[in-house]
Amino acid sequence: MLQLVLTILIYLIMVIPVGSYLYHIAAGKHTFADPVLNRVDDVIYKISGIDPHKKMDWKKYALALLGTNAVMILLGYMILRIQSIPIFNPNGVGAMEESLSFNTIISFMTNTNLQHYSGESGLSYLSQMLVITFMMFVSAASGYAACVAFIRGLAGKSKNNVGNFYSDLVRIITRVLLPFSIIGGLLLVWQGVPQNFSGNVIVDTIEGAKQIIAQGPVAALEIIKHLGTNGGGFIGANSATPIENPTILTNLIELYSMMLLPGACVITFGKMVRDRKCEAQAGSTAFTVRSGVDSRSFTARFFGREGRTIFAAMSILFVIGLGICFWAESQGNPALAEAGLSQSMGSMEGKEVRFGVAQSAMFTTTTTSFTTGTVNNMHDTLTPLGGMIPLLHMMLNVVFGGKGVGLMNMIMYAILAVFICGLMIGRTPEYLGKKIEGREMKLTALCIIIHPFLILAFSALAVGTQAGLEGITNPGFHGLSQVLYEFSSSAANNGSGFEGLADNTIFWNITTGLAMFFGRYLSIVIQLAIAGSFMKKKFVNDSVGSLHTDTATFPIILVVVVYIFAALTFFPVLALGPIAEHLTLWA
Amino acid sequence: MKENIKGMLHYIRQAFGVSLVLMLVCGLLFPLLLSDLSAILFPHQAEGSLIEINGKAVAAENVGQEFTEDYYLWSRPSAYHYNVYIENADGTQTYQDGTEFSGIGSGSNNYAPSNPELVERVEADMAFFLEKNPDVKPEDIPTDLLTASGSGLDPHISPKAAEIQIPRIVAASGLEEDQVRKIIENHTTSKLLGVFGEETVNVVKVNIELGTAMGLLQN
Repeated sequence: MLQLVLTILIYLIMVIPVGSYLYHIAAGKHTFADPVLNRVDDVIYKISGIDPHKKMDWKKYALALLGTNAVMILLGYMILRIQSIPIFNPNGVGAMEESLSFNTIISFMTNTNLQHYSGESGLSYLSQMLVITFMMFVSAASGYAACVAFIRGLAGKSKNNVGNFYSDLVRIITRVLLPFSIIGGLLLVWQGVPQNFSGNVIVDTIEGAKQIIAQGPVAALEIIKHLGTNGGGFIGANSATPIENPTILTNLIELYSMMLLPGACVITFGKMVRDRKCEAQAGSTAFTVRSGVDSRSFTARFFGREGRTIFAAMSILFVIGLGICFWAESQGNPALAEAGLSQSMGSMEGKEVRFGVAQSAMFTTTTTSFTTGTVNNMHDTLTPLGGMIPLLHMMLNVVFGGKGVGLMNMIMYAILAVFICGLMIGRTPEYLGKKIEGREMKLTALCIIIHPFLILAFSALAVGTQAGLEGITNPGFHGLSQVLYEFSSSAANNGSGFEGLADNTIFWNITTGLAMFFGRYLSIVIQLAIAGSFMKKKFVNDSVGSLHTDTATFPIILVVVVYIFAALTFFPVLALGPIAEHLTLWA
Repeated sequence: MKENIKGMLHYIRQAFGVSLVLMLVCGLLFPLLLSDLSAILFPHQAEGSLIEINGKAVAAENVGQEFTEDYYLWSRPSAYHYNVYIENADGTQTYQDGTEFSGIGSGSNNYAPSNPELVERVEADMAFFLEKNPDVKPEDIPTDLLTASGSGLDPHISPKAAEIQIPRIVAASGLEEDQVRKIIENHTTSKLLGVFGEETVNVVKVNIELGTAMGLLQN
């Protein structure tokens, strides 16, 4: 328990400077590394023929994002299909077949990292680097770029300029992802994560048998896998393996790598919105009054008042989830207790001894809240309620969320909460100083409905067809949980799995590929459209009737709205899956 | 019209340009740079932390192994038998229990807590363990020893899981109890800063020292 509290406290201390740094990058402000990195960026712009100062409206921005991602998908797909060539392929891995290549490439471009192959036998080192590691950088950077554009739209400094996609993409990689990856990667190697180009090693054990041990450029992939909230492992069992995650220290490094940037995004949002407010009020007397309030509040200074609201709501959701997951896992498995095995250590099936129940619950809740999808224990083996938390957090998809997408989703809910409250007090709803009208509400509703629609419709298809049913490997209610988990993970672009599911078939490859694709791009385009629509509006003056979103009560309203919507859409399936399994197990 | 085509071409050129450059930087230069830096700073770890005896690799520090001899410490069950296999005279490869070895893998059986096969496996393993360790009472077996890890490669067991194996190891190895206890202690790691993670015993390292003490391995 103590280690969980300390783990979270350390996170809160670290996220503030990282958030401040990310804000400097997003707002194009000066940072200490500019003299070197500006030159690097200029070289990249020059070779690619990019004019980084060209302004884009939301449509051009979205088109640039989609076009670039399409080209990357094409290049990656070709490499997967010809990976059998003897370049960086000491283990002689063959080419990947079509439907699996389709699934894999969509999976990595959409930052999902759902894996229907096993890394140590399914990919050559060339693919691990040129496709997987590359996509981990660019898919994360694409997500952050979209988020930064979205924030610019909401902060509303100009009428139609959300920034330049190419320059955002490049700057996020050269200033955030690459430097953090080099430092973090070296720390991982220091702790024992391999980084080499040798083939798998076969050793003669001291009992006279043989053992095959995986090698390869693991650390490079490992660090960006977490920093970019990607989650696809070098090795089949992902960060549960002692090759990717050998010590408790690597576990903490990986944990913080995935938590820092999504949290930092919220801070960036808070600061950019505050900037706009300060500018708008500069010169008026209101400015001095307001900034006086700001500087007195410690949290408002570091998070920005609006950022603080969002951060608080996400934190409440996270801590509730973590608490339930940890409690459920600590209870152990009653079926094994009946068989005579002591359950004093909690439910250890599928967990590593070095992480135990506490750090496994922490990692599980984090990977699904921050939509990473990396696992340090097998989620399929979690207790019913312990496994319901990762499932629920992917269904919500707003608890921090990876690469900025969680922030955008949470703001959808914030708009919704403002709208509902506005109806209750009989005022026109406003958010961030702008009126919310029909167009924004329609887009928001569409955006919120897509996610449950993808999950529930595809799950229904899977349990309604033979091809879908064949994938289920656990009997009873847990079978439904396996299906739900797979599609929640796809639609939320998470990528973790109830790995028992036999998912490398044409049915599963295609359906999850589609869920990932629509889950990613439809949301991003709609959210950019909302930002575009916000930009065109005039700021309304604060009045007595305005609903303030920077108060202590608003995060609670937000949490309640999120839970109500989750309950309305997902409670029936959760009752049929994990809750039913829990009731039978503990009966 | 001409403007449109020109704009389109420029758009495609930018998308391809930035994709190719970033592929080179992130997918090739970054892993190569990290490999070079690691090879200079941490050569042992970068090469997989292999443990060598007489110049021949016998294990990796962080990867568990399956042990079957009574005088060695046993690991947790693994769906992939820790990728430990034997080559038979007819050229086929099998796990040590005789089932087919289908190449390198990792993971678990992914049994749900409610899956009856999980209970069957635990009951079978427990019966075998009690037969080989007659002094142990079933309720004293710690949870980790009879449950499979997530990776199937877990190098550790809990100190209690090592403790209950000591009588068997002493009887089978002919070593003193104090010596066995000392060896296990040598490879027991406490929690990081006394708080994070769990207390662990590295099975592979213990067994290499046990084997050396028994004179089976010349180090």
